[in-house]
Amino acid sequence: MSLLEISNVSVSFGGLRAVNEVALTVNEGEIVSIIGPNGAGKTTFFNCITGMVKPDSGSIRFQGTELIGMDPNQVTTLGIGRTFQNVRLFPNMTILENIMVAQHCRTEQGVWGALFQTRGFKKEEKEIRERANTVLDFFGTRLAGYRREQPAFVLSYANRRRLEIARAMATMPTLLMLDEPTAGMNPRETKELTQLIGKLRDEWGYAIVMIEHDMKVVGTVSDRVVVLDHGEKLTEGDYETVSHDPRVIEAYLGRPPEDT
Amino acid sequence: MATLDQPQISRSRGRFAGQWVDGFVMLIRIVAVVIITWGLVQFIVQSASGTGGLTGPAFRDLLVAGLAQGAMYGLLALGYSMVYGVLGFINFAHGEVFMAGTVISFFISNALFNAGWWEEAFLLSLLIVLLSSMIISTLTAVIIERVAYRPLRNAPRLIPLITSIGVSFFLQNAFFGLFGPAVKSYPRPPEWLTSRRTILGFEIEGTKLLVIVIAIVASIGLYLFITRTKTGKAMRAVAEDKEIAALMGINVDRTIVTTFAVGGAMAGVAGLSWAILFRGVSFITGFIPGIKAFTAAVVGGIGNLAGAMGGGVFLGLAESVAPLVILEPLGVTGVSQLKDAVAFAVLVLVLIFRPTGLFGERLSARDRV
Amino acid sequence: MSVDWSRARFYGINAGITLAFICAIGMVEAFDSRSVINPGLTLGIVALIWVPPLLAYLATRRKALEGFEAEPAGAQDLGAGALVGAISGLILVVFVWGVDALLEAGVAIRDVFPRLSPAMIEIVTFGRGLGAGLTILFVGCVVLATAGAALHLLSRPVRRGIEFGLLYVLAFSLLEPVVTDILEDNADALYARTGGLKPSAAAVIFLLTGAITAWTTHRDAPSIRTRYGRMDLDVQRRVTIAGVIISVALFGILPRFLGGIMNELLANIGLFVLMALGLNVVIGLAGILDLGYVAFFAVGAYGTAVLTSPGSPAFSPELSWWVALPIVIILATLAGLVVGTPVIRMRGDYLAIVTLGFGEIVRILFLSDWLSSSFGGSQGIRQIPGIEWFTGEIKGVDPERIFYMVAIFVLVAVYVSWRLQYSRIGRSWMAMREDETVAEAMGINTVTAKLLAFIIGAILASWGGAIFAAKVGSVFPNSFELLVSIIVLVVVIVGGMGNIPGVILGAALLIGVLGGPTQPGLLQEFQEYKLLIYGALLVVVMLVRPEGLLPSTYRSRELHHEEMDQDAWLKAGVGAGIDEEELAT
Repeated sequence: MSLLEISNVSVSFGGLRAVNEVALTVNEGEIVSIIGPNGAGKTTFFNCITGMVKPDSGSIRFQGTELIGMDPNQVTTLGIGRTFQNVRLFPNMTILENIMVAQHCRTEQGVWGALFQTRGFKKEEKEIRERANTVLDFFGTRLAGYRREQPAFVLSYANRRRLEIARAMATMPTLLMLDEPTAGMNPRETKELTQLIGKLRDEWGYAIVMIEHDMKVVGTVSDRVVVLDHGEKLTEGDYETVSHDPRVIEAYLGRPPEDT
Repeated sequence: MATLDQPQISRSRGRFAGQWVDGFVMLIRIVAVVIITWGLVQFIVQSASGTGGLTGPAFRDLLVAGLAQGAMYGLLALGYSMVYGVLGFINFAHGEVFMAGTVISFFISNALFNAGWWEEAFLLSLLIVLLSSMIISTLTAVIIERVAYRPLRNAPRLIPLITSIGVSFFLQNAFFGLFGPAVKSYPRPPEWLTSRRTILGFEIEGTKLLVIVIAIVASIGLYLFITRTKTGKAMRAVAEDKEIAALMGINVDRTIVTTFAVGGAMAGVAGLSWAILFRGVSFITGFIPGIKAFTAAVVGGIGNLAGAMGGGVFLGLAESVAPLVILEPLGVTGVSQLKDAVAFAVLVLVLIFRPTGLFGERLSARDRV
Repeated sequence: MSVDWSRARFYGINAGITLAFICAIGMVEAFDSRSVINPGLTLGIVALIWVPPLLAYLATRRKALEGFEAEPAGAQDLGAGALVGAISGLILVVFVWGVDALLEAGVAIRDVFPRLSPAMIEIVTFGRGLGAGLTILFVGCVVLATAGAALHLLSRPVRRGIEFGLLYVLAFSLLEPVVTDILEDNADALYARTGGLKPSAAAVIFLLTGAITAWTTHRDAPSIRTRYGRMDLDVQRRVTIAGVIISVALFGILPRFLGGIMNELLANIGLFVLMALGLNVVIGLAGILDLGYVAFFAVGAYGTAVLTSPGSPAFSPELSWWVALPIVIILATLAGLVVGTPVIRMRGDYLAIVTLGFGEIVRILFLSDWLSSSFGGSQGIRQIPGIEWFTGEIKGVDPERIFYMVAIFVLVAVYVSWRLQYSRIGRSWMAMREDETVAEAMGINTVTAKLLAFIIGAILASWGGAIFAAKVGSVFPNSFELLVSIIVLVVVIVGGMGNIPGVILGAALLIGVLGGPTQPGLLQEFQEYKLLIYGALLVVVMLVRPEGLLPSTYRSRELHHEEMDQDAWLKAGVGAGIDEEELAT
């Protein structure tokens, strides 16, 4: 059985059909890239999956559970972690706290434990801290160079993106959803991150759905590419096929002048 | 291989809190509907059997009183609605803008009374008082904007709200200090105005009729200003998106000041309405009407000016009719004391049933979050 | 850049209007009965003379851009200061003269402005007649304003020395009843028989405290806060515990030396600390603006009254206070749920007004005839017994014991909010305050988290109510006006949202000096003007220092985010030393 099965999802805002009858299947351990020109409905599609937008119709099943109608926090609890297109960290919390707070749905100590400092509470706090450090260590010297007690807003742009991925990892997902993970990075950083995304699948075992504009990144890591245009799925397939599909080229570049 | 070991926890904990809250809200809705319906049924039964309820004329009196007060709330609600539409925060001090106009105009009306004008040329005096009330309220609103709100233009949304609470308290107590605690009573309107007259089968007190007429005229004026003038269009543009409006060459600061000024002027008109209806004014006059007017703005859908007027009328009617029509038949005693509680209950219920107000809100995308 | 004269003019006009306003609302006259330095200075005059120097100081202050040296102050600044003083003095003099002329001419201005009295004119002209008095007034304004501007010329240690010296003199004068309580007969060395500091004592205090401040500033020792921040976590913890133990011990002994009035005051402060800590959880940690907070205080007080008092009209189990307390806590939890559930999904500002509405509904219901058979209506509930203690009963007549009682609950509240703040729940609140959408997307159930904060706030407020009921011995609906919510809000905001020591400091300063809604503070003369000052403080703090006096690190980051952003960027990048590549690109 595949991990995520989406069929015929549609969303409209006012009169505008932002997503129209899109279907998608993601298998375990697979990297699927969603590409498409700006305004194609990619992020809206993402938001449908994570519960931030309620679709008008269709079905989204994750490991057999229907996601439509769930709050975002429930979707995350089921095992879908995400990042945002315009990096949205908790800027005033420290780097470490950003990761610690993301483990909220995987931990359970409440008021009682905090007030009486029960053994369970202390153990859990320790584990939260350890896991946070494990996740941060994954990014090597990049994030390790900072003091982890510094507020997140001191980070450079590229590091904010990395921290956001780290935060999504800390929610302990099965499926990781990355919204333009390399946007705003320089070529070198992009290359580095591309490798990391590969590692996320190979070493950490995540299935990954990502929206990406950088075709080099898409070509390097994707097992499958889905093209959205005007809210509809244009085509789907491996990178080679998709990138040579005339409809895709047209969607990006516009219709070529007709040869006479 | 470096993965995180998922801790074993009971996944179900807290997961249904969201649904639970929705369920509770639904329960409140049902209870509210049941109480209101039951109250109405009792009222009708009691009225029909003559064991209680209201006589026809008494009921019509209630309606007229509610309508007049509602018109005043509506005028005041316009200010809340406009400021919220443009700046996205509740100007808690708007009630004090209204109070400033009506308290200071009292002294003018008193001087006019002493000069004998009030009786001889009542309409002219009224016009003078109206103008002074509008000018003072406008000035107050503009000064508040300049001193307290402009520096906070980009602060998180709750900060201007908290500031406006401070402004409200400051103004109240400044007026207490300057003009003393005594309730000041406007001179009595002449006989020909207070007498009852029959219009469309309603026997209506002249003062209430005057208030309703003033409100209608003022709102038509405001409507023309917003839709027909360049400034009015600029205000709508700024409400939609400040940055884009600035790019289109609109002076955002000036437009915001205009918004406050227009809201203040409407509060000034409301101030006169209060003076005609109740006569007594003091430094606390602005507080309760202020909160009720905000309620009216929310009831009508914030940012929606026609809605604000409608919300005002709705609230005015609800608070004058509901205690006697719904609460008293249920056996609640001393219902007149619960008038204010009814107004707050209306606020809560409207936000539970229809958070965007009865007539839909008009907010920029940023404020809708 | 030379001196900005138009700015000085603007500040001068503002100062003048402020001075005239202070006279017109009757503050000068009302405060005149209290002596600050005897003879020579009454509080009425103090109410005026802070204005010209402060505004002159602000008018001539220069803001340096990051990385640039501020231009040094010069003689021109003195000129600007003098200008501020002259304009404000002129406005005040014209105002006083005008009022006098109108009063003389028999114009009934007092019908409009009842506080414009001959007595006020007498005070501001120092009883020397209009000509001489107004000259002194004008010259005084100019001199003080120039002095205010001159502060910029002094080196930082001297400036701080003067500022703090003056503050200490004022503090000693305000604390007269406390100090007299402690020193008893020896207080005669400091205070004159008719009240107020002796001039010699004032001078000694000024020189001593000023010199100490100047010296410590000169040494430029890092502040306690910075030093604390630099400590290792272990050490930090030990220091915290030691600090808490010492303050607890201090407060354990202190009431023994204080008289009834001071203990009463401390108990009142404690009550507000308790409520402010509760509101701090709601607004400071979870970021929910609850303006109907007083409702839970009322639930606590009325719950206790009904359960313990034999005078409760309908239902009177006459339980002991300690048995009633858990029931009251359950009631408060339920009230928190009932009020919280429908509002929790609303926009923040709507929530504020709706909770305000709930607070008023609760008060109106307690006041109404409808429920008077259960809650006594406007008569309230009387004969509430005190709190049983091993050694007897704690009641309002025994402020010392009440204080201990309050102190214990405050300690518990501090512990609760501290532990929660630094736990999984506290982190989720913090995340929610920063970005609710993202918090939700990171798996935090924001509805539960908000409700929890709301309920904890409600429970802490209900403790306050329970103690209040036992302390006063009766409850009336009018003790639970909106005012209480607002004052608690001011306490939290002025003290420093989200920071426990800040909240305590806020309560101590505001309730201690100005007083609560009905309770007098140290300055009983402020009674009439308390709310005016609360309102003004709220506005000024929001405009000037929205993070409060003792801010939490998070709050100040949040509010000064943009200023710190770039700066911290560079510092962090350079400091870490590994991101040069990135900076280069």
